Amino acid sequence: MLLSVSDVHKSFASADGPVPVLRGVSFTLDHGQTLALTGESGSGKSTLLHLVAGLDAPDDGRIEVAGKDIAGLDDAGRAAVRRRDVGLVFQQFNLIPSLTVAQNLSFHARLGEGVSPERLDYLAQRLGLADLLARYPEQLSGGQQQRVAIGRTLAAEPRLILADEPTGNLDEGTGDDVLSLMLELVADSGAAFLMVTHSDRLAGQLDARLHLRAGQVA
Amino acid sequence: MIAATLLALWSHWRRHPIQLVTLVVGLALATGLWTGVQAINAQARLSYDQAAATLGQDRLPRLEGALTLEAFAAARRAGWPVSPVVEGRLRGTSLTLYGIDPFTLPPTPGGVMPDLSDTDVLRDFLTGEVVFAAPETLARWPDALPPGRPLSGLAPGLVMADLTFAQAQLSQAGVTRFLIAPGGSGTPEELAATIPGSTVVQPEPDGDLARLTDSFHLNLTAFGLLAFAVGLFIVHATIGLAFEQRRTLVRTLRALGVPLSVLIGCLAAELLALTLVAGALGVALGYIVAAALLPGVAATLSGLYGAGVAGSLSLSPLWWMSGFGMAGLGMAVAGGLGLRQIARLPLLAPAMPRAWARAQRAGLRRQAAAGLVLLGISAALGILAEGLLAGFLLLGALLVGAALLLPPILTVLLDLGTQRARGAVAQWLWADTRQQVPGLSLALMALLLALAANIGVGTMVGSFRATFVGWLDQRLASEMYVTASNVEEARAIEAFLAPQVEALLPIVSQEVTLAAAPGEVFGIVDHPTYRDNWPLLAASPDVWTKLSEGAGVLVNEQLARRQDLWPGAQLDLGPLTAMPVLGVYSDYGNPLGQAIVGIDAFSRAFPEAPRLRYAVRVDPDTVPELAADLSDRFNLSQDQVVSQSAIKAFSLAVFEQTFSVTAALNVLTLGVAGFALWASLTTLGAMRLPQVAPVWALGLTRRQLALADLGRALVLAVLTALVAVPVGIVLAWVLLAIVNVQAFGWRLPLQADPWSWLSLGGWTVVAATLAAALPAWRLWRMPPADLVKVFAHER
Repeated sequence: MLLSVSDVHKSFASADGPVPVLRGVSFTLDHGQTLALTGESGSGKSTLLHLVAGLDAPDDGRIEVAGKDIAGLDDAGRAAVRRRDVGLVFQQFNLIPSLTVAQNLSFHARLGEGVSPERLDYLAQRLGLADLLARYPEQLSGGQQQRVAIGRTLAAEPRLILADEPTGNLDEGTGDDVLSLMLELVADSGAAFLMVTHSDRLAGQLDARLHLRAGQVA
Repeated sequence: MIAATLLALWSHWRRHPIQLVTLVVGLALATGLWTGVQAINAQARLSYDQAAATLGQDRLPRLEGALTLEAFAAARRAGWPVSPVVEGRLRGTSLTLYGIDPFTLPPTPGGVMPDLSDTDVLRDFLTGEVVFAAPETLARWPDALPPGRPLSGLAPGLVMADLTFAQAQLSQAGVTRFLIAPGGSGTPEELAATIPGSTVVQPEPDGDLARLTDSFHLNLTAFGLLAFAVGLFIVHATIGLAFEQRRTLVRTLRALGVPLSVLIGCLAAELLALTLVAGALGVALGYIVAAALLPGVAATLSGLYGAGVAGSLSLSPLWWMSGFGMAGLGMAVAGGLGLRQIARLPLLAPAMPRAWARAQRAGLRRQAAAGLVLLGISAALGILAEGLLAGFLLLGALLVGAALLLPPILTVLLDLGTQRARGAVAQWLWADTRQQVPGLSLALMALLLALAANIGVGTMVGSFRATFVGWLDQRLASEMYVTASNVEEARAIEAFLAPQVEALLPIVSQEVTLAAAPGEVFGIVDHPTYRDNWPLLAASPDVWTKLSEGAGVLVNEQLARRQDLWPGAQLDLGPLTAMPVLGVYSDYGNPLGQAIVGIDAFSRAFPEAPRLRYAVRVDPDTVPELAADLSDRFNLSQDQVVSQSAIKAFSLAVFEQTFSVTAALNVLTLGVAGFALWASLTTLGAMRLPQVAPVWALGLTRRQLALADLGRALVLAVLTALVAVPVGIVLAWVLLAIVNVQAFGWRLPLQADPWSWLSLGGWTVVAATLAAALPAWRLWRMPPADLVKVFAHER
C-alpha cells in the first residue's frame, strides 16, 4: 500500500482551547489509484492533505507513505519525503516568481534525483508550455500557471501526487481541461493521486471518493 | 465615519508593531542626528557671537598692526577716542586673555563689560589681582591665574584682565589693536595714516572665528544631512511597505463609501501623529547626541582654531521647533509619494501582490538613467566648478547617483549569478535574491551611502594622518623648543645655551593682516635645519639664500591657494612693502595665513616684536638633562621647555581630536544603515512567507531556508560593499582634492588603505549577519502550522 492513514487526530489551538479538526480519520491509497477528498468547508480536508504531505504532523495516529511513518519523522525527514515521494499541486499554483517557466518545471525534480531533458520536453509539449519556457510566472494566465505547477510535480516523478483544489482558481472550462490533462498524465506516471475538491462533478472523475464531515469519514 | 476609518487604518500598526517601531525609530534617528549636529553648530555659533561681541568688536572699527602704548598715548593726545586691547593665548591653556584699559574703553550697548564701579574691585583689577571670565570658564581655572570673578555673557574660554597684567602674562610689549569709538576728529583711515604699520579693520558681525570655523561647521552639517538622508531611507521604505500592505484595506474602505478626501485626511493625520511622536524622540535623541559630542567639538575648535565653545548646551525654542520641522519634512518627503499613490489608486483595480516591488523593478531602467545623469553632473562639477558649495553639490550628486545605480547593478550581477548557477537550490537562491532587490533596495542604498562615506572619510583621515605625521617629522626638526618669559630672560637663556648646543634658532613672529585676513609673519635665520627639512610644495631657485638676503618671502599653502600666491607673485606684508613669493610650504592644521621672511628683514619691519622663543638643535640624548637644567636655572614651566616628542604628541592629539567627531558621526550613520537593513529584512521576512512556503513544501527544510536567507543578506551586503569601495575612493578624492582645499586651504595626496576597506567589509558582513539573524532564526523556528497557513489562506 502506497499511502496508509490510520486513526489520525489533529486539533488546532484557539483562544477557547484546542479545536479538533480531524477525529480518527483512516483510509488507504495504492499505486495508480485516484481518490477525491470532499467535504464542507472546515471539515478537515486540507488539514488531512497537509498531514499526508508531511507539511504538518498529526497529534495522534499513523501516516505511512511508501512504508515510512512520516508522523514519526523529524523536520528534515519529512522534507526528504516531500522531495522524493510526494508531489503537491496547490490551488494558488505557488510557482516561484523569480524563476522562469523552464526553471520552475525542473525545480522540484532537481531538488531530488534530477530530471532528463527529454522528460521536460515531453511534459512541456503535453502541457502546452513549449513556447512559454522563457517567461516568468507573472506573465502567464491562471490556467498556464496551473499547468506549470502540474508539470513541476510530474517532472519529479513522485509516487504520490496531492492536489488541493487544483482548479479552484480557474474558470470551469479551463479547470476541466487542466484536470483532464492532469489525470491523463498521472495515469501515465502510475502515481497515486489524492485531490481535495468541493465539486461533486470533479470528484466524479476520480476512482473513488472520501467524504469528510466534522473531521470524520462520513 | 472618520473614527471608524482611523480605527481601521490604525489596526494595521497593531498587527505590525515592528513596522511601527521601525518607522518611528527611523524618523527619530534621522531627526536626532540632524538636530544633534545643528545643536552643536548653534552652540558654537552662540559662543562665536559672544566672542565677536566682546568689547563691542562686532560694531567698532579697529586699528591693527605694529601698535604700541606710545602710539596709543599720542593718538589720545591728538583727540582720537581709541582704547588699547591686548589679546593672546595663555601659554599652556586653551584660554584667550584680553587685556583692556577700563578708563578709555568705549561703552558698548549690549556688550559684555566687567562691573568695576566698586573701587576695591577696580583696584584689584588694575593691580592684576582679579580677572573676569564666564562661569563655565571659571570651572576649569588654571592655577597660574589670579582669582577669577564670574562675568555672565562673556564667551567661554575668554579671560578679561587689565592691559598691563595681560601684557606681562602674554610677554607682549606691544598692543594687539586699538578700538576706535565714534566721535573722533577724522576717519579711522586718517588715524591709521598717523601710525606707521597700522591698518584699519572694519567691524564684522560674523567675527573672525565664525569665518575661520565656517568650513568645520559646513562639514558637520554635511554629515548631519547624510545621516538624515540615510534615516529617511528607512522611513520611506517602511511607509511604502505599509501603504502597499494597506492597498486592499484602502480599496475596501472606499468601496464601503469612505470618500477619498476623508481617507487621505485620515492617512495624513496618522502621519502627523507619527511625526509628533518620532519628532519628540528625535529631538530628545539629538540633544543626547549633541551633549555627548559637544565636549569633543569644543576641544577640536579650541585646539584647531583657538575658538572657545561652551561645553554644555543652551538651546533656544527655535532649535526645538526646527527639530520637529525636520521630522515633519522627512515624513512629508517619505509619505508624500504613498499618499499620492493612494489618491490615484483606482477603486476597481485588481489586487496585485507585490505590486510595489514590481513597480520599483519596472522603474530600474529609469533609475539607472537618473543615476548616470547624476554621476555625469558630479564629474562635470569636478572638472569645471570651484568653491566649497560646488564641492558639496559634487558629493551629493556622486552619492545619490551611486545609490540610484546600486539596484540596477545588483540586478545585473544577480542575473549573471542565476545564469551561471548549476544546482536547483543555487539557482533559486540567486534568482530569489534578485527578486528581493526591489524590496531591499532602499535599505541597501542607505548601506551604500554609509559605507561609501565611511570609506571616503576613513581614507581622507588616513591620508591626512600619514601625510601629517611625515610632515611633522620634517617640520619639527629641532630637538627642543624654549620660550622665555621676557626679553631679559631670553638673553640669559641664549647666553646659557649657546655654548652647549649645536645651534640656537630664534623664532620670532608678529600677528598681521595678510591679504585682508588675520595672519602671522615669522622671521627665521638661515640654517640647514630649514634648508634640509622644511617641506616646500613649490620653490624658486636659491629659495633659502634669497630668503636670508631679504629678497622674498615664503607663504603657507593656505595663503597661496586662497590668494593664488605662487613663486613669482607679490605679497603685501604691511611694513615690509610688497615682496616676491619665493616658495610655498605645507602647514597642516593652521587656519591662518602665514608668511616667513629672513630674520633681518623681520627685525627691521617689526622692531618691537620680542625675541622669546628658540628652536634648539642638540644631541637628542641630552634633551631631558638639558631641559631639566634649564627649568631649574630659569624657573621655567613645563610649557616653556618642550621637547620635540612632546610637541609631536600634542599635535597628533589635536589631530585625532579633530576627527573624533567625524568618526563618531560615521559610526552612527553606519548604525542607522544597519538598522535600515534589519528593519527591511524583518518586514520582508514576514511578507515573503508565500514565496518561501512553496519551496519548503517542495522539500527544503526550514533550516536550509533560514541559512539561505542569511546567505542572501550576506551576498547583498557584500555586493553593496564592493560597489561602495570605488564610490568611497572617489569620495575620498573629492574630499582631499576639492573640499579640503576649499575648506582648509591644503591639498593632500590620497593614500589607499585596502586593509581598512577589508576590515570595513568584515564589519559589513557582521552587521548584515546580525541584521538577518533574527528573521532567519524566526523562519527556522517557525512552526510548520504557520507555513501551512500560507496554503490554507488561499481560499
